Amino acid sequence: MIEVAPSTAAYLMLSATLFSIGLVGVVIRRNMITVLMSIELMLNAVNINLIAFSHRLSSLEGQIFVIFIIAIAAGEAAVGLAIIIQLYRLKSSVNVDEAKVLNG
Amino acid sequence: MTSGDIVFLVPEIILTIGACALLVFPVLGKRAAAQSAKWMMIGLLAITAIAVIVSSHTVTDFAQSRLFATMFAVDSFSVFFKLIFIAAVAMVTLMSEDYFRDSRYSPWEYYSLLAFALCGMLFMASGIHLISIYVGLELMSLSSYILAGYYKSEQKSTEAAMKYFVLGTVSSAILLYGMSLIYGVCGSLNLIAIDRAMSTLITNDALMLGILLLAAGLCFKIAAAPFHVWTPDVYEGAPTPITAFLSTASKAAAIAIFARIFYVGLQHFQLDWSFVLATVAALSMIVGNLAAITQDNIKRMLAYSSIGHAGYLLLGIISMSEMGMRGVLVYTVVYLAATLGIWAAVLMLQQHEYAGEQVEDFQGLHTRSPFWAFAMVMFLLSLGGIPPTAGFIGKYYLFAAAIQSGFGWLAIIAVLMSAVSMFYYLRIVVAMYLREGKDAQVSTAGSLRFVGAACLAITLFFGILPTPLIRQVETSARWVAARAVAVPNAGR
Repeated sequence: MIEVAPSTAAYLMLSATLFSIGLVGVVIRRNMITVLMSIELMLNAVNINLIAFSHRLSSLEGQIFVIFIIAIAAGEAAVGLAIIIQLYRLKSSVNVDEAKVLNG
Repeated sequence: MTSGDIVFLVPEIILTIGACALLVFPVLGKRAAAQSAKWMMIGLLAITAIAVIVSSHTVTDFAQSRLFATMFAVDSFSVFFKLIFIAAVAMVTLMSEDYFRDSRYSPWEYYSLLAFALCGMLFMASGIHLISIYVGLELMSLSSYILAGYYKSEQKSTEAAMKYFVLGTVSSAILLYGMSLIYGVCGSLNLIAIDRAMSTLITNDALMLGILLLAAGLCFKIAAAPFHVWTPDVYEGAPTPITAFLSTASKAAAIAIFARIFYVGLQHFQLDWSFVLATVAALSMIVGNLAAITQDNIKRMLAYSSIGHAGYLLLGIISMSEMGMRGVLVYTVVYLAATLGIWAAVLMLQQHEYAGEQVEDFQGLHTRSPFWAFAMVMFLLSLGGIPPTAGFIGKYYLFAAAIQSGFGWLAIIAVLMSAVSMFYYLRIVVAMYLREGKDAQVSTAGSLRFVGAACLAITLFFGILPTPLIRQVETSARWVAARAVAVPNAGR
């Protein structure tokens, strides 16, 4: 088992905090734009995690993964914003609670 | 990596070029010929399928099948799943034609997105490295979010896309967090290296949290309870051919990576994760099948039923044996054939966008269309696991594997819930045969009928003569499960 040095642990704490803030944001915020930002926060928390581990393990794989995640997150934001714009055109609102045609 | 490896990527390369071509064609002034979009897509799928088969024949031994610095595997397991995905997307393509005839939406972008999603699924089937698995998964998911919202002027469709997008990306983030923890503990993102590292590890909190988060993300993707809340809404709101795509091909792709990650990468900690997944499986079977009883909308009913089927499929992964792997593969084929057939029947009743979705719409179908009524009965029996159909073979393998691995209680829940599922499946049969029918028209599109006939043929053929399927599945399962069987719970 790998022992985690204090510096790495600090990064992990930061990452865990950011991830939790993002998750809570997705759950409690009702504005779709804020939800999208919270999702980005979660993905970036993962990036910090991967880079911290990559540095700690002296392995490049983690950093390569981060580049992939950044690229995909950009695509995700594009698709998400397109869906939000469409929602706004139909309802003149970007509030999650407005979306209740489907009973779930 | 050698430059020769590129030969094995030919199917994916063809598919990507084809998907781009589908986007470019209408710009060149060919938009009028909407029919040609479908035939181009079918042609593209046929070429891809041939490329998959040809490229797989050049691989003979295990070491040779690991390509691109062991990121990409061309083995019997991946080829099996790739051919299933291509066949399922071909069926969805054929089903979509009628749906787009009077529609305001262009079929070109639609087929292009389907092709991109399929490309992602091919990478998922072959991925043996967490990066390639994740990139494939996201390519499939991003295309699916757009496809779910393809009817952009319909509120339902846009809302489905929004819900799918938010929950899908959150689950991806959770999955990634799990992957990052596993990377930190094991020092690699490669499934084989993870397995090697884990064989020397003892249980520790970071690793357990990583595995749990990874499993939670994957359970969302296969729509297992308690991560299933998005399923009924998205299935109801999305255009019906896309619902068919999400409930079959997309779910099968998620099951493929689920099986690959847990059988190859995490097998040493089976004792730790199997009880968590067993709870998830039991919950899925109970919640899915009980909630389906109360549904009147056929799309929502099938959504809950698909949650139940995710639970059955999990039995094969939990049991962690070659038998379990065979069960997963057989059940995937069986479930896809029956479900695609049912969706074809639902589309046959749909004259325009959201009509013909209630159970009552099936009333008196046997006088209007005896073929579809008979086919529907066979599909429903197959989903319920009744002997003359292929569903029985699939359930037999899964339940037997669960009992062999000491999950008898789970098998009992599965059998009980299969009985419960027959209750709401038979509701449709009763509506078709015993109730007076309305005079609603039935679509007579040739391609829908072809899909129905093909699914019926698969369901009956493998039900009566399962040997060819079983033989193929035994080979494919061995590629992934062989080592799991050789060293059960080693390192514990």
